[in-house]
Amino acid sequence: MNIVDRRKSKFARYKTLRENPEEILEPLIKPVKEYSARDRIEDIVDKGSFEEFEFDFPETNPLEFDGYVEKKEELREELSIHDAIIAGECQIDKRKAVLVVMDKHFMMASMGMELGEVVSRSAEYAMDNNLPLIIFTASGGARMQEGILSLMQMAKTSAVIEKFKNAGGLYIAVLTHPTTGGVSASFATLGDITLAETGALVGFAGPRVIEQTIGEKLPEGFQRAEFLQEHGFVDAVVQRENMRETLGRILRLHPRAC
Amino acid sequence: MKAIDRVLAARDKDRPKITDYIDNVFTDFFEQKGDLLGKEDASIYGGIALFHGKPVTVLGHRKGNDITENVTCNFGMPGPEGYRKALRLMKQAEKFGRPIITFVDTPGAYPGLEAEMYGISQAISGNLAAMSSLKVPVISIVTGEGSSGGALGIAVANRVYMLENAVYSVLSPEGFASILWHDSAKRDEAAEAMKLTAKDLLEFGVIDGIISERGSGLKVVAEEESSKAPIRIYDRIDRQISAALKELEGKSGDQLAAERFEKFRSFDQAFLAVEGSARMENI
Repeated sequence: MNIVDRRKSKFARYKTLRENPEEILEPLIKPVKEYSARDRIEDIVDKGSFEEFEFDFPETNPLEFDGYVEKKEELREELSIHDAIIAGECQIDKRKAVLVVMDKHFMMASMGMELGEVVSRSAEYAMDNNLPLIIFTASGGARMQEGILSLMQMAKTSAVIEKFKNAGGLYIAVLTHPTTGGVSASFATLGDITLAETGALVGFAGPRVIEQTIGEKLPEGFQRAEFLQEHGFVDAVVQRENMRETLGRILRLHPRAC
Repeated sequence: MKAIDRVLAARDKDRPKITDYIDNVFTDFFEQKGDLLGKEDASIYGGIALFHGKPVTVLGHRKGNDITENVTCNFGMPGPEGYRKALRLMKQAEKFGRPIITFVDTPGAYPGLEAEMYGISQAISGNLAAMSSLKVPVISIVTGEGSSGGALGIAVANRVYMLENAVYSVLSPEGFASILWHDSAKRDEAAEAMKLTAKDLLEFGVIDGIISERGSGLKVVAEEESSKAPIRIYDRIDRQISAALKELEGKSGDQLAAERFEKFRSFDQAFLAVEGSARMENI
């Protein structure tokens, strides 16, 4: 079945915003509902090639935090995703890859146990099947509602990615808006190749926290993709419309990893 | 004792610091400074020392003992240089086959402009990845505040212990309350909700043991002390490290790395309660 058919109709109208990617990168705190993970997958993969991994996770609420389960249920209904992440096997420009895409519309794609587990199992699947791994990151950071268990996802995902890379796997991290906190300080910044989408905000601490700490306004463009490139942390800043072609080229340049 | 009392105890300025632990548990300490990449970050303190006559690499967060030291050490909040220094020391320990012992006590990595500019995210993720595959024993002890990625960045260990009144959490209770309830004044409530005490973490399976502070003379438990001579906290730490090293000695480097990997790969599987690898289905 085609991905498009499965999308809820409300995703269709977000697509119209895609014409002006610069505009839709703002604001950071309350992102307008634009480009969903499914929209992105549709744009990146060879038509009809995405085979989604299906997981069977039980409900998690380790702190027994009030309203957390209800919030997730509401978002699952609204967005047709189980948590802030979709993973599967696909082809990009006729080359096979494992593709993982985070979706900030689900609790700002904060990382809890389920999300960390999807990243980890996807990397393990890529390792077992000798496939390159591509992760589109977007996150507000750790999932506060899961307390210390969310913090530990940083160690879990980093360890699995390290193992995959040591086994010869190719890991391409694509940083999208915004990638911050515990995700920024774990698998997002461990790519063999690191791309950042034009204008994406990427950083450990949020701009507001930094401004409070240093007591002054941050310079224009601080923590944006271009800033990161200037400081030597990304291989390339890529426009959304060129992402598919760029990924295809990188995969072609790694024939043994495919 | 409420969770917030432990948070305050963990932050108490009179609580022993890494310098005290090193002075009292180790001998012949040789401090190593610098990340060899252009900067020295005093908020990470470390070097080589002897533990019962055997060389180890010991390092941890340093908050400083007075206001001058606090400022020099940035109140125990490392920038990227601190994590890179820690990694340099750990890789050197691996080369020489020395066990690594880390002491965790930080409000978090420094949320500053330069820290971002020079790659605090990359420094922390780099440590998490590299520590997961180190081929020597790694033991971490959370002695005070174990806050956020700044704590975890030196705590991917074969054995993780906490002092009884230490706390270990995803963020400070103030930050947690601010994010979830938009009110940092609700920190007491947050501390309770976060399950950040040593007992909580042991129940979650995130740590391996609790080092008792009872009768140790540490300020916070003074009211519980008996008339017996205090048992020094340093002796308890010494015993815990000795026991852990005994468990880990004789294991090969590959085995130590594999066990550490497995520990951090599987700590949460009881919550996820599913078996096998990713299952695929055509959508």
